[in-house]
Amino acid sequence: MGRRTALFDLHHALGARTVDFGGWDMPLHYGSQVAEHNAVRRTAGVFDVSHMGVVDLDGARSRAFLERLLANDVAKLTAPGRALYGCMLNEAGGIIDDLLVYRLEGSAYRMVVNAGRRDVDLAWIRGHAAEFGVSVVEREDLAMLAVQGPEARALTAQRLSPAHASQALALAPFHACPIDDWYVARTGYTGEDGFEVMLPAARAADLFEALRAAGAVPCGLGARDTLRLEAGLNLYGNDMDEQTDPFESALGWTVAMQPATRRFIGRDALEVIERRGSTRKLVGLLLVDRGVLRRHQRVIAPGVGEGEITSGGFSPTLDRSIAFARVPIATAGEVEVDVRGRALRARVVTPPFVRHGQPLVS
Amino acid sequence: MSNVPAELEYTEAHEWIRRLPDGTAEVGITDHAQHALGDIVYVELPEVGRAVNAGEACAVVESVKSASDVYSPVSGEVIARNGALETTPEAINQDPYGAGWMMRVRLAPGGGEPKTLSAAAYTELLSRESD
Repeated sequence: MGRRTALFDLHHALGARTVDFGGWDMPLHYGSQVAEHNAVRRTAGVFDVSHMGVVDLDGARSRAFLERLLANDVAKLTAPGRALYGCMLNEAGGIIDDLLVYRLEGSAYRMVVNAGRRDVDLAWIRGHAAEFGVSVVEREDLAMLAVQGPEARALTAQRLSPAHASQALALAPFHACPIDDWYVARTGYTGEDGFEVMLPAARAADLFEALRAAGAVPCGLGARDTLRLEAGLNLYGNDMDEQTDPFESALGWTVAMQPATRRFIGRDALEVIERRGSTRKLVGLLLVDRGVLRRHQRVIAPGVGEGEITSGGFSPTLDRSIAFARVPIATAGEVEVDVRGRALRARVVTPPFVRHGQPLVS
Repeated sequence: MSNVPAELEYTEAHEWIRRLPDGTAEVGITDHAQHALGDIVYVELPEVGRAVNAGEACAVVESVKSASDVYSPVSGEVIARNGALETTPEAINQDPYGAGWMMRVRLAPGGGEPKTLSAAAYTELLSRESD
């Protein structure tokens, strides 16, 4: 039996089919993954994402610590309440995890890391925090709900007093603020507008139920996966890992090489890779023929070489199959994918495939 | 609880067979199978005219989760396939024993009786699997 979030009994009562994810028993879907996916694109869905790790950091040198720890530059967090996406790298430039970091009040920061990487991350973070005198506290007392979709913010704000509601609704994308015992962030993993709410675990089931009563559709990890794929967002363990660097994972935009004086972990390796040039890249694929692209299928770029699908599936919004694939750097135009022994044609595209309910490729 | 119509025959691989008086049989996957697969998004059916043997993989059903082979429960020649599944594969989720039928086979003469389960035996199998 895996670890359970504070909402496990509620998921069970709602008829969830559960699945192991990073050592956690999590809802895969509550009946129809496609219906849940469409609810997020059209109205609102609510996800239990309490399996993700919330890690609070504090200390006089916490900023210097994060400037060393992360490939993106926390100096961009110019005020409390700002959020930044980035990678934590090993010395070889391989990705240990991708994460969000929020600047809290004073010298405090909060990181949200992947469920399956919590233990690895914490060991790495603690190993480097000591020399900076930074405290590292895993917030296992918190649960996290993601409320996503065009109606998600309004539904969430209804759960707050009028003064607090206007505070939440005033948040710009990638901004967050504490509201009572909630921490509300205008972030997500679906390509839609919405909030991620961190709150005391004991209060999470009530909020989940209230949002459900107001019309938010309970959504499982199945819909979360197809939504993030359409939105062009990587999944750790599929699309990148410790053996791949950010440049070959379509995450070069999250690496702050300037200022050159910031010697973050992995920088030396990335400088060499940058000088030499990457040999592979992560691209989007849109299947031209009928079928379904899946992880690990072989991609053939005629005259260029071969690659592999890292994430694939069926896009409910586009009504066809889409994928991410790691391919030789010169790959462009049309490729072939070996789908169960058949060579199907796919077009190389730049994700996202879908944003705010609208198809961006055709 | 899965729907298991009494008038059909079943296989351990969760296909159903509807024998028709003209010596043909309709084939599909069971309610239990569609439920386990989740939302079905793509179906690959055998060509009309293809000879199939009992136990041979002859179709593919892909759900949001995974791809699964469908094994022909009978031997014979495929005489029809449900082309509507190309555009509405979800019919298998919604109506596995009706609009979700997959193919019709003219049973091979003297091909022997295929090994199938009665509705009661299949229900028994499902209850054992859920233990």
